[in-house]
Amino acid sequence: MTPSLIVAILLFLSLAGYWLGRRAVLGMASGDFRRLHSLPRYYGYYVALLTLLPALLLLVLWLSLDETVITRLVMVDLPPALTRQPEAETSLLLNDIRNLATGNIASGEAGPALRAAADHYRRLLQLSRMILPAAVLLLALGGIALGLKAIHPGHRARPAVERVIRWGLILSASIAILTTLGIVLSVLFEALRFFQKVPLTEFLFGLEWSPQIAIRTDQVGSSGAFGIAPLFAGTLMIAAIALLVAVPVGLLSAIYLGEFASRRVRAWVKPLLEILAGVPTVVYGFFAALVVAPMVRAAGEAFGLEVSSESALAAGLVMGVMIIPFVSSLSDDVINAVPRAMRDGSLAMGATHAETILRVVLPAALPGIVGGILLAASRAIGETMIVVMAAGVGARLTANPLESVTTITVQIVTLLVGDQEFDSPKTLAAFALGLVLFIATLLLNVLALRVVRKYREAYE
Amino acid sequence: MSKPKKSPIKRRAIHEAVEAGLERRRRRDRRLRRLGLAAILLGLGFLAFMFASIAVLGYGAFWQTRIQLEIHLDAGEIDPEGTRDPTRLAQADYPGLIKRALRERFPQVRKRRLKRQLYKLVSSGAAWELRNEVLANPALVGSRQKMWITADDDVDLWFKHPDLKEYRLSEAQQAWLRDLEQKGQMRKFFNTAFFRHGDSREPEQAGILGALTGSLYAILVTLGLSLPLGIAAAIYLEEFAPRNRWTDFIEVNINNLAAVPSIVFGLLGLAVFINILGMPRSAPLVGGLVLTLMTLPTLIIAGRAALKSVPPSIREAALGIGASRMQTVFHHVLPLAMPGMLTGTIIGMAQALGETAPLLMIGMVAFIVDVPQGMLDPATVLPVQIYLWADSPERAFLEKTAAAILVLLAFLVLMNLAAIWLRRKFEKKW
Repeated sequence: MTPSLIVAILLFLSLAGYWLGRRAVLGMASGDFRRLHSLPRYYGYYVALLTLLPALLLLVLWLSLDETVITRLVMVDLPPALTRQPEAETSLLLNDIRNLATGNIASGEAGPALRAAADHYRRLLQLSRMILPAAVLLLALGGIALGLKAIHPGHRARPAVERVIRWGLILSASIAILTTLGIVLSVLFEALRFFQKVPLTEFLFGLEWSPQIAIRTDQVGSSGAFGIAPLFAGTLMIAAIALLVAVPVGLLSAIYLGEFASRRVRAWVKPLLEILAGVPTVVYGFFAALVVAPMVRAAGEAFGLEVSSESALAAGLVMGVMIIPFVSSLSDDVINAVPRAMRDGSLAMGATHAETILRVVLPAALPGIVGGILLAASRAIGETMIVVMAAGVGARLTANPLESVTTITVQIVTLLVGDQEFDSPKTLAAFALGLVLFIATLLLNVLALRVVRKYREAYE
Repeated sequence: MSKPKKSPIKRRAIHEAVEAGLERRRRRDRRLRRLGLAAILLGLGFLAFMFASIAVLGYGAFWQTRIQLEIHLDAGEIDPEGTRDPTRLAQADYPGLIKRALRERFPQVRKRRLKRQLYKLVSSGAAWELRNEVLANPALVGSRQKMWITADDDVDLWFKHPDLKEYRLSEAQQAWLRDLEQKGQMRKFFNTAFFRHGDSREPEQAGILGALTGSLYAILVTLGLSLPLGIAAAIYLEEFAPRNRWTDFIEVNINNLAAVPSIVFGLLGLAVFINILGMPRSAPLVGGLVLTLMTLPTLIIAGRAALKSVPPSIREAALGIGASRMQTVFHHVLPLAMPGMLTGTIIGMAQALGETAPLLMIGMVAFIVDVPQGMLDPATVLPVQIYLWADSPERAFLEKTAAAILVLLAFLVLMNLAAIWLRRKFEKKW
């Protein structure tokens, strides 16, 4: 029986439970539901939940654990000569056993011990798949029986059902925490394994990044250096170019929209500008690589400058355009939040509009604007596709925006795309970079939120 | 007595000083206004320029060049026994038939080297198309048919862009093509292959159906998971959560997750879903799970805003006539907040549809020809397909890439319009 069929049967059973529960309690109250504690349908829900939830839980647990348990059981029975091996070989062995059991071709010659193990594996798996539906359905039927036994006209069915729903809501809300935990643990765990192979100091302060690890020891030019400095420099340079574009343009647009534009212009222009944030980054990447980069190159050549076709400038310019809406809409919010009285006071003293904005409104809104810029910076540092498509992959420590540089995100992608064994320092390095990226953006965000919040409190 | 006499002079001096500076100050005022306008025009101009250049680049890919050939569907060649048995028909030498038709069309070509060049004019998938044509209509066998055969991508490029400097076509090939063009035997047709095929190494055979299907599956998973979870979380946080450390912690987490770079979610997916839970690589299911985790914070934040906009009087009225808190929320507050939540959901889904980076991490970048048939088949999604094509050195893929972007943008525009329509239709001012 396939899992989806079992789920379908469970759903049907819980529907039956609903109907039975509702009918039973109405029967007990001889059809007069004023004698019931809760509305009749809550008794139905009660029985249905008792039917569905425990059985579903069992199903999920069983399906996720049975292979591990069976593997353990099979491994215990293997001759010790086969199991006393390094980890990688054991997992290869396991793969062979699984392949044999499912009838695929194994990688090596299958010895008698291996065959026996495969048979054992297959038998256990069959057994497990036979017991599973029986156990799950029995549990569901038991749930119906238990529920029907529990309900009577005075039974507080509604609070019981609502308690279950409430727990469901709490669990859903907690997924955010699970996600954060998952990110931190998975990235941290792999990064720690990386730092066992490459010392932390070398990673943080090394000036060279060339993650090629030799497959054979006699290969040339495959040292494997993991110094993050060039990546940091590249990331910061591209982010700085992006901010140089986004901050003035975003801020000036926010000022114009907030202080000069008519209501109608504002209603049209604001959503149009926000389209910039909704365009997929892969589109920006394509545009940067195929349209902007050649243009930058041609412009540079007109001035007699040598420009790389993957220059930091092209990637940074396009990224800057992408983050304009982050700067402008956040600045717009804080500019609008500056109290009307401050503006009126300044205008009443005879200041022009521009003077009011530059000397009164902007200084008052500055903390909020800084917060917005910090958020935009974190966006720029974590942006991937534009730099993957338009910036280079070669790590270079340079301050020239016309040269090609690489960023943390580009390196994560190049290290992880394609086939890699999971234990090589190359793959693990990607997780270490991910950790750095996570920490950097987290710090920027926390800082930005704190600045914005403090500023809001000042005027509320 | 001297004071009142003096003051008009002093006042005039101040007045003059102010007057003198006024012009400068007004100029500054105008300058700021113009700078602001320029900034907006710069942003919008960039947007227009980007869309226009992508449209110009990609427009051509919706048309495909075909060459008309008179093909002799020789019965002795295709079906010598005359049984019209489909398995027999499927095995015939269709490439040979097309080659013969080309030789008949250009009888002057005799040298082997030139013949080989001649055969390169048609797509390597043309034989397969011919086969399907014959299988669909066995009555054609034995007749001579004038058929439009898909041209090779280099021919396509030559025909669509006559102003390029370099083609990967020899002089002889270009001469043949000019001959075909003059006799009206070369034409552009609407490119159905682009919407009906999966990926391919041959640009003229490559299509987006595989990527679109992959995107559809991934978005279905994302929607199916994130909509209920997002609504439930928003309801709990907005309506039930007590003000305590745990709730604060959840809130801080959600706000931070909304700003975590998307690639980090990809790392999470790789480490947890693929390496620990052993889910298959490249599967839309895993992609959908990663996108769910990524869009969930957006949905929760939008959902809470929607719940917040329902006035407390609704809750008080329901509670006042004896509804439980759960009944109040599910029977009265939630239906009123639903349009706002759906708007947020559509915008979140649009975000997920355009997302690329996390999907690269979980292996959705493989070259996959087959259209995925289920959630666990290896697949790619539209943005990743764009990334893959953009990386391809073949000139003909440039056009395809831009066209795929146009399709992606069309979907995003539709989704956003739906969100706007929903907001306009159901928006309530309390």
